[in-house]
Order: sequence, then C-alpha cells, then structure tokens
Amino acid sequence: MTAYLITNVSVVGAAPTDLLIRDGVVAATGAGLSAPDATVVDGTGLVALPGLVDLHTHLREPGREDAETVESGSRAAALGGYTAVCAMANTSPVADTAGVVEQVWRLGREAGLVDVQPIGAVTVGLAGERLAELGAMADSAAQVRIFSDDGHCVADPLLMRRALEYVKAFDGIIAQHAEEPRLTEGAQMHEGEVSTRLGLTGWPAVAEEAIIARDVLLAEHVGSRLHVCHVSTAGSVEVLRQAKARGVRVTAEVTPHHLLLTDVKATTYDPVYKVNPPLRTATDVAALRVALAEGVIDIIATDHAPHAVEDKECEWAYARPGMLGLETALSIALDVLGPQWELIAERMSRAPARIAGLDSHGLDPAPGVPANLTLVDPAARWVVEPAELASHSRNTPYARMTLPGRIVATFLRGEPTVLDGKAVK
Amino acid sequence: MIRHLLSAADLDAATATQILDTAAEMATVAGREVKKLPALRGRTVVNLFYEDSTRTRISFEAAAKRLSADVINFSAKGSSVTKGESLKDTALTLQAMGADAVVVRHPASGAPHRLADWVDGSVVNAGDGTHEHPTQALLDAYTMRSRLGRLAGLHVAVVGDVLHSRVARSNVLLLSTLGAKVTLVGPPTLIPVDIAAALAPGTDVSYDLDVVLPDVDVVMMLRVQRERMKDSYFPSAREYARRYGLDGPRMRRLPEHAIVMHPGPMNRGMEITPEVADSPRSTIVEQVANGVSVRMAVLYLLLGGNKL
Repeated sequence: MTAYLITNVSVVGAAPTDLLIRDGVVAATGAGLSAPDATVVDGTGLVALPGLVDLHTHLREPGREDAETVESGSRAAALGGYTAVCAMANTSPVADTAGVVEQVWRLGREAGLVDVQPIGAVTVGLAGERLAELGAMADSAAQVRIFSDDGHCVADPLLMRRALEYVKAFDGIIAQHAEEPRLTEGAQMHEGEVSTRLGLTGWPAVAEEAIIARDVLLAEHVGSRLHVCHVSTAGSVEVLRQAKARGVRVTAEVTPHHLLLTDVKATTYDPVYKVNPPLRTATDVAALRVALAEGVIDIIATDHAPHAVEDKECEWAYARPGMLGLETALSIALDVLGPQWELIAERMSRAPARIAGLDSHGLDPAPGVPANLTLVDPAARWVVEPAELASHSRNTPYARMTLPGRIVATFLRGEPTVLDGKAVK
Repeated sequence: MIRHLLSAADLDAATATQILDTAAEMATVAGREVKKLPALRGRTVVNLFYEDSTRTRISFEAAAKRLSADVINFSAKGSSVTKGESLKDTALTLQAMGADAVVVRHPASGAPHRLADWVDGSVVNAGDGTHEHPTQALLDAYTMRSRLGRLAGLHVAVVGDVLHSRVARSNVLLLSTLGAKVTLVGPPTLIPVDIAAALAPGTDVSYDLDVVLPDVDVVMMLRVQRERMKDSYFPSAREYARRYGLDGPRMRRLPEHAIVMHPGPMNRGMEITPEVADSPRSTIVEQVANGVSVRMAVLYLLLGGNKL
C-alpha cells in the first residue's frame, strides 16, 4: 500500500500542516513531516476536508444503466470529493429486499471509488401500501439503516407511523420525501407567479410543509428518528425550527440547487430545471441558506438524479424530474456559503455521516483516523461542461456556469480515488 | 418583426397594432371573388397538431392558403407521433422538409418554445396546454376594435376557468399591452395565484359576475369543462352556471354598447345560454371569420411576405 504525504495543507481551514497517510489511516500530522517512501502531494493552497458524505444519491442501477451505473455514479462522487454516498431505493427493481440492497452494495465495493451505502425502500415497490422487509435489509450485508420511498411520499399516516416505530429495533431512520400527493397531482413546478405565467400546474409549498408538520408530530409521538429529504420552502424551515426546539429527533437536508436556483429558471421550459421538489422562490432560497447556517437544516445532500437525454430533451410536462449534483455540490456550497470550511465540513461530511451511521466517515484528518478525505483548491474556478462530467447523464442545471473550487484529490481509506483532479480508475 | 409568435408577451403595442392593421387589409380579401393573394407563394407552412382542434387548424389552413403558401397538415393521430417519436425528432423532420413556418398545437405548456429551439423556421403557437393561445387573443382584440372602435381604455371581463385557460392568459397580456383593462371573474378555485403579478399589473380579480357586468365594454366567456367538478373546482355544473353563467337577465345588466365574446367551442347552458350566444351582442361568429384574417396577418408578417 502506497503511503502519501500531503504537504502544507490546511485541514478544514486551519493553518497549513502536513498529513501522512499510511495503511488506510492518517498516520501523522504536523509541519515538516518526513516519509521517504511516501508519494508527496503538494497541498499548498489546498484545504483538506473529511471526505464528503452524500445522504441522497440516485445511482440508477439496477434498471437504468443508460442513465447511471453504480460505477459511473461512484466516479462522479469521487470527483466531487465524496467518499461515501447513500444510494436511493427507487431503482428497477426497487431496493425493497435484502437481495437488491446487497447487489447495490456489492457493485459499490467492486467499483471501489466511494463507499456505497444502500438505502432501503420503506414500502414494497414504493407503492405506499405495505412495509418492505426492513429488518431483512438491516440484517443483510448492506446493513441498511436509512429507509426511504424517495420519489414518492409515504403519504399514509398509519404506514408512516408504523415505519418510524418499526425501525427503532435496529436504530433505523426514515427519510421522508415530503409531498402530499393529492396536493401535487399533475404538478410541474412551484405554484406561484411563474407557474401562473407559464401555465404549468403548480406544486404548492404547503404540500411539503403539511407532510413535514405531520411527520415531526408522528416522530415525536413514537420517539423515532425522522430525516426530511430535500427541504425546499421557507415554511418547512419554520416547521423544522419549532420541532427541533421541542426536541423532536428530526434531521433535514437541502440540495445545492435549492440553495442557488429559483423557479424563474422554468421560463425557458427547458426541463433540465425540472426537479422534485421544484425550484422555489428567492424568499425560499434565502430562508434555506439561513436555516443551513443555523443548523435547522443539518446537511447538504445532492439528490443527484441522472436522466437519459431523451427523458430531458422533450416537453417540460413529459420530462423526468431531477438534476445531476455530485460533481458540482462542493462548488455550489462554496459559492453559497463562502470559504466557511468548518460549516462545510459539518454540513457535507460529519453530520451526514452521523445521520447515516457511517462510523469511518465524517472524521477530520487526525492521527489514527481512517483516511477518508478530500483536497479542495478554493482558488480554482471551472466551467461546467456537461460532456466532461463523469456521470453517464448530462442533466446538470449548471451547464457553462463558472463555479468556484475544484476537487484536486480524494482518498478512500488511504487510497486515492482522485489525483490531480482526475479519477484514478 | 419578431421571428416566432410563442406568447402574446412577444408583442409590443406597435407590433400588435401592425398585426391588427394588416389583418384589416387581409379581411378585404375575404370579400373578393378570388380569395387569394400571392404573398407566400412557394413558402411552406406546416400545421403540427398534437390535439384535436378542427376550428383552429382549418383557420390556419385557410389563412395560409389564401396567402398561396403550401400547407402540410401534420396531425399527431395516424403519424409517427403515436409511435413515440419525440418532439425533437419531429422538429428535425420538419426542418429537413424545409418548413418556413410551423403552426403548433400541443397539450403540453411550452412545447412551442421547445420547438423553436430546434427549427429554423418561424413557430406560431396555436395553443399550448394551459399556457397561451396568442392568435386567439389577436383575433379577439381585432373583433373588439372593429365592434367598439378602439382598444385603449376598454374594460374587458374574462369569465370562467381562467386557471386552465390559454385564451385568458394571452388576452390578459395582449389587452394590457394595448391599453385595455381586464377583470378576471370566476370562482376562486379557478383563478390562478398571483395572476396580476404574473401577467399584467392592474389586472383585477372578482368573484362576483353581477357586480362586474354593469361596468364592462366586453364580456368574454371562457369554456368551462363540466369534468372540472370532479376535481372539486366547483360543486356542480348547475351551481357553476347559476353563479358564473351568462344568461339573458345577466346580459341585460351590461351597458347598451357592450359585446359578448366566446372563443368556442361553447358549452351552451353551462357558461352561456343560447339566448345570449345568439343575441346581436354576440360576436362569436365574427370571431371565427376574424380568425382567418388575423392568422393571415401573422403568417404574412412573420414570413416577411412580398408586398400586398
């Protein structure tokens, strides 16, 4: 196993130091380290972060390998600075059995670019009718702890209550896609001034807020852990703020695109901007940024959602919702938050690792800690070229935008997955 | 002149007025023995219809033919479209065939915008989903101007299912551009959110038709689908008709000079009674005739036809 000596690097924004990586762990830190056998990586001007952890990734395999595979998504993740991703369950077949989650887990191991932690479906086939075998998925080799019907809301309140209760047996957590389905039938974009102008059926903020309000009450009632996926509205932030103040065990994520883009993007009718939940208003964006800074929202999660060209190069109403996110997330976070490395490390690595129970991730580089880390060049700026992304798909909403910050290297258990800004395999 | 007509918002007052003035010249052709001008000879106009709409399609077809254009009707039914060809591939096909203009009717809002990205010719929106129908707004404005002599300062009530109406959106945009005031009337469930901010500041909303009627120069009734009651937009067709339908007694609340419009097809007995539809105030048949003149003007100006 090759040793790596990263010199003169700022660990989470602190004064520059050296990091020696050997045998999968950070062997030593401190200025002026010497290791003649180690490959030297010049860290001058770079910031080392604990490897990013994405709690919300769609890898599309099995079923839509034309849009993404576990391998291509893993490569995109590594290039984005991630060392672990949680793969959503809405594949085909759905990840609602031990067999499917083990398959995804195994494909992740084979790709070897990030740790792929499968998320299990809450209900059989995401149909919202009866519980999937949550315990079997928890006991499988994939050791599933997060369960989600993401893409669909667990709308039935009884089923949601039961799911929250049931997963307490193995310290599981339900990640809810908060969308009251009756309020969003046919919905295409945020309900508001722009949807009225464009004649596109509105997705009202209240459809998200009503489910979050219900679910925090349910989680409080049964004393379970609830995670809220892709929070998108100012009203949801207020519901979460109150719930957290009461001590409800709720965590929440926001996506990079909901921190940056607004519903005005729909004006072109280009479905690259179609996403669920939809892009909201500038008021919502401002509230989400404040909530993220304050910790009302715990983490940034990408909701990386690759789609084949034909599913986006069409009429808005017929397009699938979703955007790429893995390779741009850190840049968007830098753009939105500025170089607040402590906050970025917390929201993009430590907190998601804690929520997911990924014990070897989300740890700042220090002697003895598993060497899952990424090196960022904060001074670099890059232009997003869809064709140059590692993802199989091209549906990035940031095409041809110039973004700050570039991932220079990523290490997974001491082995580089990215060096000089390029994937090693 | 603009290249595409995708939204009534594409038209400033000068361009809209130019279209209406040109339409008035085109109307004189309809009175001739030979109803044909050579203006678009050798040009190809494709009618690309993904929705059944006989009246709009034949209106555009008549308009193009009176200008001597070659017309190709491309209907979604019985074509490659039903086999799942994408809009983009269809666009590339039309492009390869050398379409100078594509008139598109589509159930998805924004489809004409997408099409305009993929073809070199002019795209005319002939109705897209619940978004817009700009030539309908132009023919409505033309009809108002010919009946009432002006557009600036007119007060127009647009009544009914505004939420799902592309006619309403285009009319609000165009009428405000041309200096008319619009009041939208309907049950609150059928008025979209933030409509004034979305389309034209100064647009009013009322839920009470009887209060609005004495103060308007034009009342435009929108088609209301009976099926909407299944989605709880209103309790029953009968209650809708009672509260928002235009019948004889309501019509008599209008000022003497006021006209009654309807884009068709009508639901007689739902939003409008036969007594009103067939009254001298009604411009419904004129609207159809004016539609051909206005669409001639649009095609002529978009394609930069030869001198008249």
